[in-house]
Amino acid sequence: MSPTMIGIYVFVLSCFVGYHVIWGVTPALHTPLMAVTNAISAIVVIGAILVAGKTDLPLSMQLVGFFAVMLASINIFGGFVVTNRMLAMFKKKK
Amino acid sequence: MNALNPDFFAFVYLIATILFILGLKGLASPRTALRGNLFAMIGMTIAVIATVSHPDVTHYTWILAGLAAGALIGTVVALKIEMTSMPELVAALHSFVGLSAVLVAAGTYYDHMQTGHMDTLLLYELAAGSFIGAVTFTGSIVAWGKLKGTFSGNPLVFKGQHLLNLLLSLAMIGCAAAFIMDYTNFAAFLIMTAIAFALGVMLVVPIGGADMPVVVSMLNSYSGWAAAATGFTLNNNLLITTGALVGSSGAILSYIMCKAMNRGFFSVILGGFGGEATVAAAAQPGKGVKSAATEDVAFMLENSSKVIIVPGYGMAVAQAQHATKELYETLTEKGVSVKFAIHPVAGRMPGHMNVLLAESEIPYDSVFEMDEINAEFSTCDVALIVGANDVVNPDAKTNKASPLYGMPILEAYKAKQVFVNKRSMKAGYAGVDNALFYYPNCSLVFGDAKGVIEQLVNQVKGTGH
Repeated sequence: MSPTMIGIYVFVLSCFVGYHVIWGVTPALHTPLMAVTNAISAIVVIGAILVAGKTDLPLSMQLVGFFAVMLASINIFGGFVVTNRMLAMFKKKK
Repeated sequence: MNALNPDFFAFVYLIATILFILGLKGLASPRTALRGNLFAMIGMTIAVIATVSHPDVTHYTWILAGLAAGALIGTVVALKIEMTSMPELVAALHSFVGLSAVLVAAGTYYDHMQTGHMDTLLLYELAAGSFIGAVTFTGSIVAWGKLKGTFSGNPLVFKGQHLLNLLLSLAMIGCAAAFIMDYTNFAAFLIMTAIAFALGVMLVVPIGGADMPVVVSMLNSYSGWAAAATGFTLNNNLLITTGALVGSSGAILSYIMCKAMNRGFFSVILGGFGGEATVAAAAQPGKGVKSAATEDVAFMLENSSKVIIVPGYGMAVAQAQHATKELYETLTEKGVSVKFAIHPVAGRMPGHMNVLLAESEIPYDSVFEMDEINAEFSTCDVALIVGANDVVNPDAKTNKASPLYGMPILEAYKAKQVFVNKRSMKAGYAGVDNALFYYPNCSLVFGDAKGVIEQLVNQVKGTGH
């Protein structure tokens, strides 16, 4: 099986996992859900690091890598911090 | 373990995948949600550390600079943002994922050109990654501007719009094909990306302010698909899995939002509905509408055994959350059972109202979803509606001629007595009159939400027995 075909398997199965996990999320937490999915979709940072971390690329491409890492990193930190802030507000009756 | 072994990295990424899934699972209840977020953070941390220590990574300046700058900007923004502005923040963050995916596609292409590892499948993947990322980027910027009020929330529709979008799409596919057939043709790749940028703008401008919850969810989904496409270009299963999780999350939220508004997904996407400056097609005041003084409302409230408050986005706009929480506490102390009823499209994004109530320290176990609480309206003494309108309009159930017909509503009209706080007789988003106002058991309390609720608190407190 080619890596792409394996990728398609992983993709399709993950969509099923996503479907079941997301329907289990309580509607009260749909905004934090969006914020946290925002944070984890910044996993593209991995690709960004692989671009920014190459020594033999020209400066222009290194800058492309730098911006990609920075944008993804804003998402990671912004997304997780704001999710944490929101979730900490949800309190039970005293 | 040999750190150069590719399986080692695959294994670490698998652990990150599991942590992400557990993180999302934690959101099943507010009790486990914070722990879930922590899992997701750990997953992200180990994925980043593993990648930085990958043998392909030999140069650290740009990585560290990018991570540091992003950490600073992201943390500061996340700590400062007002909860009412969450939808804007989320839209802005979606755009960053999109642009990042485009940059990664360009960088990956360049890298493969140098090493000479180029195959047709990779070209398809690069084109897809760049295209989805680009649409996400500009679409999110337009959504951000509309939510923030920088751009008008009115739908922008013109003749030939769909035809223009079709032509743009065809041109984009043409460029992608040219790039895939001749991989040295980087110009085709760039033109394709530029057209995708334009397409992102074109797809969101026709969608009105009222439909923004669907748009934000949809872009959430796109940002996931962009990450998954990037995963294919890098043959990285962590990106593919995460992208699929995020993509399905956004898709499900879009579905929930459309259903709660009784709109078809495609009718929302094609746009033209629900501007923010809807003309007040409302009835004239006095057409059988009763109004009540706050003293009467306060008297009814404190002599009730069960009160349901229906908050809408208007409550947040009036900054009345804190006063509402005081009213909740004052009534609870007097032995009145107070519950909150939330419609799925209350607020500007899914679950927005719950966050705003949580921020004002209203306990989440007093806040209920539509399906949980609808049966309880008939047993409650008073339903108090603050800043909500269309979501309690009984026409949605009974009047086939109403544009709202078929939309699920909070059945507040079943309460013994309904009080609606309104600033004026202006119609709701959908621009339709609310039949509830003319019900015999309904009275209107005119005034700014914050002022009215503060008065109610004082009057309920003042008559302490």
